[in-house]
Amino acid sequence: MASQGNQQQLPSGILWLRENLFPNWWNALLTVVVVWLLVELVWRLADWVILDAVWGAVDPEGLVPYDEQWRLLLSAAVVVGLVIVTMVRLARGSALAAVWAVGAVFIAVIMWDMVASIETNASPEACRAPEAGACWAVIGDKYRFILFGRYPFDEQWRPLLAMVIFIGLIVFSCLKLAWKPWLALVWAGGLVVCAGLMYGGFWGMRFVNTELWGGLPLTLILSVVSCVLAFPLAIALALGRRSDMPIVRAICVGFIELIRGVPLITVLFMASVMLPLFLPSGVTIDKVLRALVGITLFAAAYLAEVVRGGLQAMPRGQYEAADALGLTYWQKMATVILPQALRSVIPPLVNSFISTFKDTSLVVIISLTDLLLAAKVSTADPLWRPYFVEIYVFVAVIYFIFCFSMSRYSQWLERDLARGQRRDARQKVAVMARSGPEGGGA
Amino acid sequence: MTDVTRPGRPAAGSLLYNRTARAIVYQVVLIATVIAVGWWLVDNTLTNLRQQDIATGFGFLTNRQAGFAISESVIPYNETDTYLRAFIVGLLNTIKVALLGIVLATLLGTVIGIARLSPNWLLRKLSTAYIETIRNIPVLLQLIFWYTILTETLPRPQQALQAFDSVFLSNRGLFLPAPVDALGWWLALLGLLLSIPAVIWFRRVARAHQDRTGEAWPTGLISVGIVVGLGVLGWLAGGAPAAFTSPELQGFNFRGGARVSPEFLALLIGLTLYTAAFIAEIVRSGILAVSHGQTEAAMALGFGRGLTLRLIILPQALRVIVPPMTSQYLNLTKNSSLAIAIGYPDLVSTMNTSLNQTGQAIECIAIAMSVYLAVSLGISLFMNWYNARIALRER
Repeated sequence: MASQGNQQQLPSGILWLRENLFPNWWNALLTVVVVWLLVELVWRLADWVILDAVWGAVDPEGLVPYDEQWRLLLSAAVVVGLVIVTMVRLARGSALAAVWAVGAVFIAVIMWDMVASIETNASPEACRAPEAGACWAVIGDKYRFILFGRYPFDEQWRPLLAMVIFIGLIVFSCLKLAWKPWLALVWAGGLVVCAGLMYGGFWGMRFVNTELWGGLPLTLILSVVSCVLAFPLAIALALGRRSDMPIVRAICVGFIELIRGVPLITVLFMASVMLPLFLPSGVTIDKVLRALVGITLFAAAYLAEVVRGGLQAMPRGQYEAADALGLTYWQKMATVILPQALRSVIPPLVNSFISTFKDTSLVVIISLTDLLLAAKVSTADPLWRPYFVEIYVFVAVIYFIFCFSMSRYSQWLERDLARGQRRDARQKVAVMARSGPEGGGA
Repeated sequence: MTDVTRPGRPAAGSLLYNRTARAIVYQVVLIATVIAVGWWLVDNTLTNLRQQDIATGFGFLTNRQAGFAISESVIPYNETDTYLRAFIVGLLNTIKVALLGIVLATLLGTVIGIARLSPNWLLRKLSTAYIETIRNIPVLLQLIFWYTILTETLPRPQQALQAFDSVFLSNRGLFLPAPVDALGWWLALLGLLLSIPAVIWFRRVARAHQDRTGEAWPTGLISVGIVVGLGVLGWLAGGAPAAFTSPELQGFNFRGGARVSPEFLALLIGLTLYTAAFIAEIVRSGILAVSHGQTEAAMALGFGRGLTLRLIILPQALRVIVPPMTSQYLNLTKNSSLAIAIGYPDLVSTMNTSLNQTGQAIECIAIAMSVYLAVSLGISLFMNWYNARIALRER
């Protein structure tokens, strides 16, 4: 440890370096080793991802031609600039989000010509060169299949539009001004429009059976719709679990613990194999719907535990106050308890939604062509066989963008909601101090 | 607010306004609904099964031959064995990968969790990047990715990567030298197992001794001594076998030694890396939950860094860590069922094969579900017991 006087003479940058990178000899050694590894890794990755990568048939070699490379450099510079703006905290919160959005649009505009040309005539020949890096040409060739599965090619604007609506609904629901009862109506309307787009069969849109649905829209439909359906079920289960009536409680506890004790796979198997047996003969229920039922039941059990956490965290005084006003059970729950309890558990609810979003990838096993299975099928093409890493990286990045942004939102929200809580806690302390330690009861 | 019970209303005598009576009615209605729906489902199912000529009952478990091969097994198994044995083989494979995964994920997760609290900025950021990346990509995608890497990019056995002339890594799996089956190894294993109660007993004696006299024995060293000593003793008692078989290339594959299949390896790597990211966060929050004053107090009392960590921070952090850690262990066990996607013969995978062969979907799925349920409940019971044991004893 350096003496106090010594530290004050050093400029803050060097002080930061000393405290965070070289606090003692073994940490200094560690820093050197890590830096060396990082440089090595970043260099190789940059080589593979950008410099040696084959971007499609921009020129016969497949490499990015000299007079197009400025696009890559400018994009990289923008990304570095954004990272710096984020790290030195020039902008925060929504301003930061806006800066990133502008940056993303800017990059999209710069890169558009180049990426568009990847698609036109991608061939695996250039990728076979010994010095070639990542073969992004495979994405150019496959991205329509990965993103939309076997949905009819010339109708793919429909799932694209449905996807945009879905994402719009999710983003809209993240705004606090939307946390009102009418949000349910907005969702219902949005879902109806999306279903219309996906199925078609009117206004000149061809009817498309769920057999042909696939890719990212299917992943989004499975996760969003099952969460939307699971939510009311979860509230009912959570209320049932905290009910005074022993039979109601037993049924809810039994359902929740049964579902939480088994893997999602077995629930999906049950939905896909046993559901047809449960229904009267002659009634068929299609595969997507079956998966939806399975994921909904599964998500409901987990959401119910989150909601229960919120109900338990409510101070007793709220229940007692509602009782004292003479409210019936349902009035009490709908107007006093649930609005507060649900609001306090929104961050864990978002985390549950992230889990469900990731879990929908399990429908691969009951062979629904979601994003992951579409990617897996793409890797089986003998023409592009060695380039599975690129395809999986592409899909992983898509999953990552969704999950990471939602988890960031959940963390931000948690801090944001806690701000109010902290003030409440302070007030509570003040009130208690005034009324004395025994003055709690009203 | 008009329908609030008004004072003066004749509430007594009217069953409609009696809470208990209403509760009973609600529950009766609920039970009746559940039974009705259940009966309808069972009736439909029985009709459907009769129409499709599917046998029912669990008889197939013991009186029919499974007739399918299982690529790896802990206990001897061949195609003429019964379905029951096939299920047990699958269950043992699940347990094998889950146990190993839990141990490795705990080790890796703890290291990364501590690295997130390191004074070193780079290390801190690196572990954060690891956690954020791994947690936000579906585990199934990761499993498929590792499996494809192991089977597509590794060389064929003829060009296998090798270390020490006896460890080979190829697209057929990892080949290691293995001890030749001999009594001594089993006795050594027995010795190791016996050393667990021995160490517990010794610790108790040492504790009592310290309480009585204040003298602390070097319990750590002696415990290690007991474990190693009993193991070696068993090995010596069995005639000290020293024969190993090394894998050797014969034709297109390796013979001899022990083989770790690429399926198992991919599953183990994927589950370990994925769960470690979650465990790291748990470890980190557990350590952060111990207030800084505890560390300072320990330092003030003259404890060293190691002793502070072992005697002050860890016991308190464990109280916070154990409950979420339990659910991660359960998650890992449940996630091991994704093995079916990469062809590792775990419980769900053998269940799926049996289901396709016999058509007895209900029985097969019921078996798999109840096994997982039993394992889940078993682990959470054990963890609750452990949790209660280490919980703070408040006055």
